[in-house]
Amino acid sequence: MAKLLPKKDVVVIGLGWTGSILSHHLAEAGLNVVAIERGPWRDTAADFNIAYVQDELRYAIRKDLFLRPSVEAMTMRNNAAQTALPMRDYGSFLPGHGVGGAGVHWNGHTWRFWESDFTIKTHLTQRYGAAKIKNLQLQDWGVSWSEIEPSFDQFEYLCGVSGKAGNLKGQIQPGGNPFESARARDYPNPPMKMPYASTLFAEKVAGLGLHPFPLPSSNLSQAYVNSLGVRMGQCSYCGFCERFACGNYSKASAQTTILPVLMKMPNFQARTECEVLKVNLTPDGKHARSVTYLDSHGVEYEQPAELVLICAYALMNVRMMLLSKIGTQYDPVSGKGTVGRNYCYQTSSGARLMFEGKHFNPFIGAGSLGQTIDDFNGDAFDHSKLDFVGGAGISCTVTNGRPISNRPTMPGSPRWGQGWKQATVDGYNNSMGFGAQGSSYPVRENYLDLDPTYTDRHGRPLLRVTFDFPDNDIAMSHYLSDQMEKMTKPFNAKFAAVSRLKKGWDSVPYQSTHNTGGAVMGSDPKTSAVNKYLQSWDVPNVFVVGASAFAHNAGMNPTGTVGALAYWAANAITDKYIKSPGALVAA
Amino acid sequence: MSRFSFAAALIALSGSFLSLPASAADVEAGRYQAVLGDCAGCHGRDLAGGVVLKTPFGKMVAPNITPDKETGIGNYSLADFKQAMRRGVAPGGRRLYPAMPYPYYAHLNGHNIATLWDYLQTVKPVKKAVDVNQLRFPFNIRALMRGWNMLYLRPAPIAMEGKGDDWNRGAYLVNGPGHCGACHAPKNMFGADKGGLTGASLQGWFAPDLTSESNAGLGSWSAADIVDYLKTGRNSHALASGPMAEAVENSTSQMHDSDLAAIAVYLKDLPPSRGNGGGATGVEAQMKAGAIAYDISCAACHGRDGKGSALFPPLAGNAAVRQVRAETAVRTVLAGGKAAATPGAPTGPGMPSLGWRLSNEQIANILTYVRNNWGNRAPAVSPETVGRIRAELHGGS
Repeated sequence: MAKLLPKKDVVVIGLGWTGSILSHHLAEAGLNVVAIERGPWRDTAADFNIAYVQDELRYAIRKDLFLRPSVEAMTMRNNAAQTALPMRDYGSFLPGHGVGGAGVHWNGHTWRFWESDFTIKTHLTQRYGAAKIKNLQLQDWGVSWSEIEPSFDQFEYLCGVSGKAGNLKGQIQPGGNPFESARARDYPNPPMKMPYASTLFAEKVAGLGLHPFPLPSSNLSQAYVNSLGVRMGQCSYCGFCERFACGNYSKASAQTTILPVLMKMPNFQARTECEVLKVNLTPDGKHARSVTYLDSHGVEYEQPAELVLICAYALMNVRMMLLSKIGTQYDPVSGKGTVGRNYCYQTSSGARLMFEGKHFNPFIGAGSLGQTIDDFNGDAFDHSKLDFVGGAGISCTVTNGRPISNRPTMPGSPRWGQGWKQATVDGYNNSMGFGAQGSSYPVRENYLDLDPTYTDRHGRPLLRVTFDFPDNDIAMSHYLSDQMEKMTKPFNAKFAAVSRLKKGWDSVPYQSTHNTGGAVMGSDPKTSAVNKYLQSWDVPNVFVVGASAFAHNAGMNPTGTVGALAYWAANAITDKYIKSPGALVAA
Repeated sequence: MSRFSFAAALIALSGSFLSLPASAADVEAGRYQAVLGDCAGCHGRDLAGGVVLKTPFGKMVAPNITPDKETGIGNYSLADFKQAMRRGVAPGGRRLYPAMPYPYYAHLNGHNIATLWDYLQTVKPVKKAVDVNQLRFPFNIRALMRGWNMLYLRPAPIAMEGKGDDWNRGAYLVNGPGHCGACHAPKNMFGADKGGLTGASLQGWFAPDLTSESNAGLGSWSAADIVDYLKTGRNSHALASGPMAEAVENSTSQMHDSDLAAIAVYLKDLPPSRGNGGGATGVEAQMKAGAIAYDISCAACHGRDGKGSALFPPLAGNAAVRQVRAETAVRTVLAGGKAAATPGAPTGPGMPSLGWRLSNEQIANILTYVRNNWGNRAPAVSPETVGRIRAELHGGS
C-alpha cells in the first residue's frame, strides 16, 4: 500500500532540462513544486570533477552517465510484421539518467527550428501542392512563429548560446545563417573561436556559393552571467562534451544554468532516485490526482498534486502516458488514437577526408564547435523538381581527439600491429570530416506503443519502437550525400568518401539521441496528443513537455526547440492555466 | 475545481510561549540580531544545534536553542538568557564555554538581547538532545570557566570619539555581534583573543588577516570590495568558501547595506599587521616544478596569469593564498571546496578535490608557486605541511 503524502501544487516527473525549467518557472510564481527524478543527484563540483571527468573509458565507452537497460529497456523493430526484441544495451541512441538528464552529456548544438517547421503542412502544401506530401503524415504544430520566438530567446539567454544572428527582425546579417527565421535579438555571446578544419570547410564551401556560419553553441565562448544570475565559465576547448559532463561550468545544462537557483527555493523540492510508476487519474479518466512512485528502498508513495508535468525523455513521456492511460494509443492501421503517433528520428550521413602534411589538431575541440551550412536544410531550397521534401544541415565540427574513439586511418591500412600504429599516427592530424544531419518526417507506420511481451523490473510493459527510414527521407539523404560529394572536391584531399544511408534502421551502432514525437502538439485532438500549450487534450491538468511534442523532426538538433517549448508551456501555465485551471484550448 | 495553495515561506509563528506577545517589529528586530550574530552558523539553520566545533581542547557541539522545554531553552527566562549571552552563565550557575562567543555578545545592549529573545520564542521548538561537552579532561570541567572569565572576559568599550558614526557602528558589529575575532583573531594558549584581527588557524582553516596590511591583509581591497564580498560572497579578488561561505550565507549576505558599509569603514581603518613574513626564498626548484604542475592542473580555470575569470577566483592577489600559513589553500587543493551561494551570486561554483591525484610534493610546489607569483609573496609550503593536513582530512584530529 502506497504511503499517501501531503498534496503539492505541482509534481514534475523528471528533473532534466524541461523539468528544471518548468520547476523554476512555477516555483518562481509561488507554487509548491516537487520534482521526482529516477536517477541520482548530480552536481558539477562533486560529480563532474575536472580531475577525472575526461575519463573516456568510463564515460564514453562504458557510458557511465547513461540510462542502463536494467533500469529501463525498450523493444525495437523496423516494421509491424516483425517481432520487436528488447535491447540488451542501448546503441543507436543513449538516453540520459539522473538530474540534468541528457542535457548533462549533450554537445550543446542549440538550434531554432524554422517558422516553416511549425506550419510545415500548410507551407509545403502551398508551395508544392498536397500530392507532394501525400505519403507523409506531416502536420502543423499549432503554434506560430511570433508566439514561440520569445521562448527561444528565453532559452538562449538562459544557456548563454554563442553564435551569430543571421536574421535580425527580417534583416539578413552577414556571417550568420541567412536561412534562419527572424529573431528579435542576437545571441547572448559571440561565436566560439574556430579550429582549422571548420575554417577550411567554411572557406571551401563559400567558394561553391554556399553560406557557412558558426554553429550556435551552448559551449560558451566567454564567461557569462545568465538570465537567472548564474555564472558560467569560458569553454576551454577540451573536447570532452558528448557523453561527458562539463567540469568547467561552460556547457549549458540544468546544473550550470538553473539548479543553483532552483535548489535554494524554499517551495521547491527534488526527490532523486525515485521512479514514478504512473500518473493516477480520477475514475472518469479526466483528471490527474497524483503520481505513484518508488524510492530507492522500494517503498511506494503516492504524491497528490493539482498539476502533473511529464518532463522525462521524449520516449519515456510517451510510455508514461500509455501506462497511465492518458489519451488513446495510436493505431497505425486505422490511423486513430494519438499517443505514439508521429515518432521520428534523424537521418544522417557523413563525409570523411584524409590529407597529408596537415595539422588539424583535433584535440582542440568542443561539442558544438564548427561551421554549418543550411543551404540544403528544410525548405531552404526548391524541392519542386525533387522526389522528396526536407533536408539537412551540413556541419564541420571538431568535437574531440580522444584516444580511444578517434583513430582515423587511411582505408587499406593494416588493422593491427606496427602498421596500424603508424597509420593512426599519420591519420590523427590529417583527418577531417563533415556530416549531414537530416530531417525525419512522420509516416503512418512509424510509431510507439507498449510491448505485448516484455516488461521492466516493476512488471510494467516496455516501450516498443517501430521505425524505419521512410522512402522520402532516404531520397533526401541520398540527395544530401550527392551534395557532400561535390563539396569534397575543392579540398583536393588524398582520400574522400561520403556515406549513403540504407533502408533498414539498425538499432545497434550509435546514430543520434534525437528521438522525437509520440505525444505531438497540434490544434486537432484527433491527430495530436497535446494542444499548442503541451497540455493533454484528455487530462487537462497534465502537461507533457519535451521532444515528444515535435510533430516532425527537422535537420537540426532538437534541444533548442525543446527548451523553447518548455518555456512556452511554462508561460502558458503561469499566464493562463493558474488563473483559470482547465483546458486552455477547447477540444 | 483546482485551488492552488500558494506557498508562503514564512517561519511559523507560535507566540503562545509568551504571556505578553512581542510585537512583530520586536520579533523582526530580533531576527536581525540573529543574523548579525550568525546564530545559525553554530546552532544550525533550525537552531536545534548539533554543529560540531573542533577546538584545541576537544570537540564541542552547539546546543539546541529552540524554545523546546526539555532539550532547548524553553525553560529560560529573559534574565537567564541575558546572563548566558553576556556572562556565559546558564541557569543554575552552569558555565558556558567561550566557543559560545559571549565575550563578543557582552557588547549587546539589553534591548538587542530582549528582541533576540523575542525572536527565539517564535522559532519552531525542536526536540533534540545535544551532547554539548565532548572536551578532553580537564577542559570538560565547566567550573574552570569561572577563572577564564576573570582573566579574559573584559568587554572593553568599543566606541571611539572622533571616528564617526560609520566607524563606530562597524567597530560594534565586528567586535560585538559579528564576533569576527572568534575566527580571525590569534588566540593565546587558553583560547582567548590576543587582540587584533591579524588572522588565525582554526578547524583546519586559516581565517585571513583582516587588517589593512597590503599583502596578506585587505590593503588592496576598496571599501566597496569588502561590501561586495560580504553581501554576495565574491568580489574581483576572492570567493568565499569554507567556514566563511557559511558566514556569508547565514549572516553577512542578509545584513543591511548600511551595516556592511560600516564594517568596511572600520576594517579599512585597522592598523596593518606585521604581514605574512615575506616571500619564499631559495626555492627555485619548487617554483619551477610548481609552474609546470600549475599549468597542467590549475590554469584552465584560474588562468596562466592567475587572474581567474568571472566565475573562478583569481589567485593573483587572493588573500586566501597569501596568508602566513597555507592551511586553507592546501585543504582546498586536497579536498576541494564550494563557494558561497547567495541571492546576489547564486552560482556557488565548486573547486574539485585534487588530493587523490597530486602528491604532497606536487601540491607543495604548486602552492609555493602560487604564493610567490603574479605579485603574491608568502612563505613556501613544504610537503610535510601538506602531508599533515592530508592526514587530518583523513580522519585525524
